Amino acid sequence: MSGTDDLDDEIIGEFLIESHENLDQLDRDLVALEQAPDSRELLASVFRTIHTIKGTSGFLAYHKLESITHVGENLLAKLRDGALSMTPEIATALLRLVDLVRSLLASIEQTRAEGELDVEPLAAVLRALLEPPAAAEAPVVETPTVESPAIEPAAAEAPVAPAELLPAAVEQPELEATRSSIGESTVRVDVNLLEHLVRLTGELVLARNQIVQRSAVAADEDLGRASHQLSLVTGELQEGVMRTRMQPVDHLWSKLPRVVRDLSAQLGRSVRLEMEGGDTELDRTLLEAVKDPLTHLVRNAIDHGIEPPEARRRAGKPETGVLRLRASHESGQVLLEVIDDGVGLHGPTLAAKAVEKGLVSAARVETMSVQDQLQLVFIPGFSTAAAVTNVSGRGVGMDVVRTNVERIGGSIDVESTPGKGTCWRLRIPLTLAIVPAVTVECRGQRFALPQISLLELVSLEAERASTAVEWVGDAPVYRLRGALLPLVRLDAVLGLEQRTDQPDAQVVAVLEGDGRRFGLIVDRVLDTEEIVVKPLSRALKEIGLYAGATILGDGAVSLVLDVAGLARRQLHAPDGQDELATEQAGGQVAAGPERQLLVVAIGGGRRLAMPLEVVTRLEQFPVSSLQRVGRRDVVRYRGEILPLLRLSDHLSELSSASSGTVPGVVYSARGRSVALVVDEIVDIVGEGSVVYSDVEDYGLVGSALINDKVTEMLDVRSAILAADPRYFDDEPATEAFPLEVR
Amino acid sequence: MGLLLATFDLGTFRCAVVAADVQEVLMAQPRTPVPGAADCVDGLINLRGQVVPTLDLRARMGLPAESGVAGMSVVVRWRDEVWSLLVDRIGDVIEVDESDFEPPPLTLAGPLRQLIVGAYKLPDRLLLMLDVAQLLAVGGEPALR
Repeated sequence: MSGTDDLDDEIIGEFLIESHENLDQLDRDLVALEQAPDSRELLASVFRTIHTIKGTSGFLAYHKLESITHVGENLLAKLRDGALSMTPEIATALLRLVDLVRSLLASIEQTRAEGELDVEPLAAVLRALLEPPAAAEAPVVETPTVESPAIEPAAAEAPVAPAELLPAAVEQPELEATRSSIGESTVRVDVNLLEHLVRLTGELVLARNQIVQRSAVAADEDLGRASHQLSLVTGELQEGVMRTRMQPVDHLWSKLPRVVRDLSAQLGRSVRLEMEGGDTELDRTLLEAVKDPLTHLVRNAIDHGIEPPEARRRAGKPETGVLRLRASHESGQVLLEVIDDGVGLHGPTLAAKAVEKGLVSAARVETMSVQDQLQLVFIPGFSTAAAVTNVSGRGVGMDVVRTNVERIGGSIDVESTPGKGTCWRLRIPLTLAIVPAVTVECRGQRFALPQISLLELVSLEAERASTAVEWVGDAPVYRLRGALLPLVRLDAVLGLEQRTDQPDAQVVAVLEGDGRRFGLIVDRVLDTEEIVVKPLSRALKEIGLYAGATILGDGAVSLVLDVAGLARRQLHAPDGQDELATEQAGGQVAAGPERQLLVVAIGGGRRLAMPLEVVTRLEQFPVSSLQRVGRRDVVRYRGEILPLLRLSDHLSELSSASSGTVPGVVYSARGRSVALVVDEIVDIVGEGSVVYSDVEDYGLVGSALINDKVTEMLDVRSAILAADPRYFDDEPATEAFPLEVR
Repeated sequence: MGLLLATFDLGTFRCAVVAADVQEVLMAQPRTPVPGAADCVDGLINLRGQVVPTLDLRARMGLPAESGVAGMSVVVRWRDEVWSLLVDRIGDVIEVDESDFEPPPLTLAGPLRQLIVGAYKLPDRLLLMLDVAQLLAVGGEPALR
């Protein structure tokens, strides 16, 4: 692995900075200790410092440093435990220890090696100081008298030690010149001070925005120039201050090789860790926030992703699995990827599991693409671990990972090829302090939408607005490139006065929050702005719709919408168990979600109903796109050839449709789709309003009275089979296609 | 040494908060409404770059809204939060004697009971001592859809 040296260098650098600081503290503590020889607190502090240096030097294989601090630590342990008491001799020896450690560190900083210094003389002195009480076995009370003779050998050896140390002392001035280059070119700054600077810079950015906006209309050339200059300098300042909070992702990754090594040893895996883009920088608070999610993903990849060597061999893969961590910048965000070449995730298996656990309905899963099925792992309560191991499957699942990532305004998704591997993708904003946002207007009020959750803006022109928004029951939807996008009216959510007149034009902001996608209808989009998100007081945060507030360019306060909160509030849980869902369905408190039926018309004036939940899309097919292949009807649809069934033919009626396009109901599952062509899409009704009867016929499963009209219940399964006999071939045996109405 | 109180008028009431809690007093500022918040939350103001919510004390205390009164803002710092309290008129800062304090009368009911800790008997009138913690305990409207 390249970059190991750099990594080591960095660790040593940190060790040096830390140790220099510790030694300064040690000097002070030792001196204070002479004044207050009995202070346990001081002794404990000194002990800790020496212990830390010993530990790290052992880790970095600096053996001299380790051995001398080890002896010192023993002496300090005795002092701390009261077996010895502080004497000037001991204090002197300890201070010499500090000096020696300093010399060793200086040498390490210069040459990355401990050099020629001999630590043995001082070690002997320290050991001699250790001996007496043990030899005399004297009661502690007598320690002073017992100790005094013991000082003799120490004192005798003492002159030797400085002589031995002399080379170091001589070298000292030379070292001094370049010494602490690390210590001096970097300054440790209190994080709070940094945060304060960042906050102030944020204020400055806002003030700048206001001045720039005003000077633009002031028509004062000098003011314009000055404000331009202010703008530039503020921008640079902002960038600089932000960089003080930036840390390379390496910081986060540096602990992972160890995690990977230990885990793969424990689980009997052979794993090679590869890291790319470790110099990608990220705000330190965000870095801290993604630490746990990332570690979890890495553990998960080893535990559930990469197979044991023999399994890999059987699968024709190299025995050593590869776990890749990748960091990069992508459109103003940091992209963190955790990629393994293990078993991968199998969408249908995940889907089956989610159904088994009652997390989603079987019907819903049917309509999901494999990609969507994979995202099921993020649902709370889902864990793929077959057995609870102490590595993962401890109840902290992917839902926690997602929650943590979304809390900092990030997002996560997963992609996988069964047998080939899995790629977890985290998108993290660069910084939280200043975020790009879009300001929108709704009923004369302005709101800010963080750009990170904004996918696109769709404009609804006046003439289109009334037709572009369609209704499924009482839920407005919009067809975005063929898929139905649930719509949320911002004015309705906020309880703002609803407009009665037809708005000129509106905008749908396509947002993603809480793992779900929806469109937010606003009156218009105003601007993009860099905003500083300011926290709201508790009472206002509780409303759950606002992430904070900000001050806009003109000095006015604007609320920042909480997209995830909006999604949670307005979109019902996929399984429909959301209480809000039943509340809002016109006060009907039902035990379960009400199923909806799609009512269509076919030839002969007959009406058919089918469960809406298994319908993937409703489409209008141009008659010209309908063709025949052999004895089957097909339709050209999005570059595919879709098997097609004319329901009128299927049920022996003559179709009366003859216009340019015909409506079709599309079903998709497991990558196969079929279309059922009808004469007309009539309505969508709640199942509650249906009166059933058991009058049946070929291709039907019953009939019912819907809105006072006799409506036949289509046997969807046989209709689909008539269009595509192989549609259900891949269906898992355990799962029946849920098409029965009752 | 008595306690220093900042006083202000609300309708016929003269009310007070501890002067040490008051950060400053302002003319009423332009406010950005917060849809979904309780009715008495009367928007956000920009106080030198800080976003400060405004509490309409009349609404909070169940008094009818008074038109034509421009109002003043008493900016209080409470725990970590800063709020602006909208009042009719600002009074003096006065020093009161603990011995003049009485708890709310037992006959007092309604929203006011929750919001005052008691009253100081001033020579000419009663001074209602507001309970800032209670005043600021305004949740969002649960009925919001």
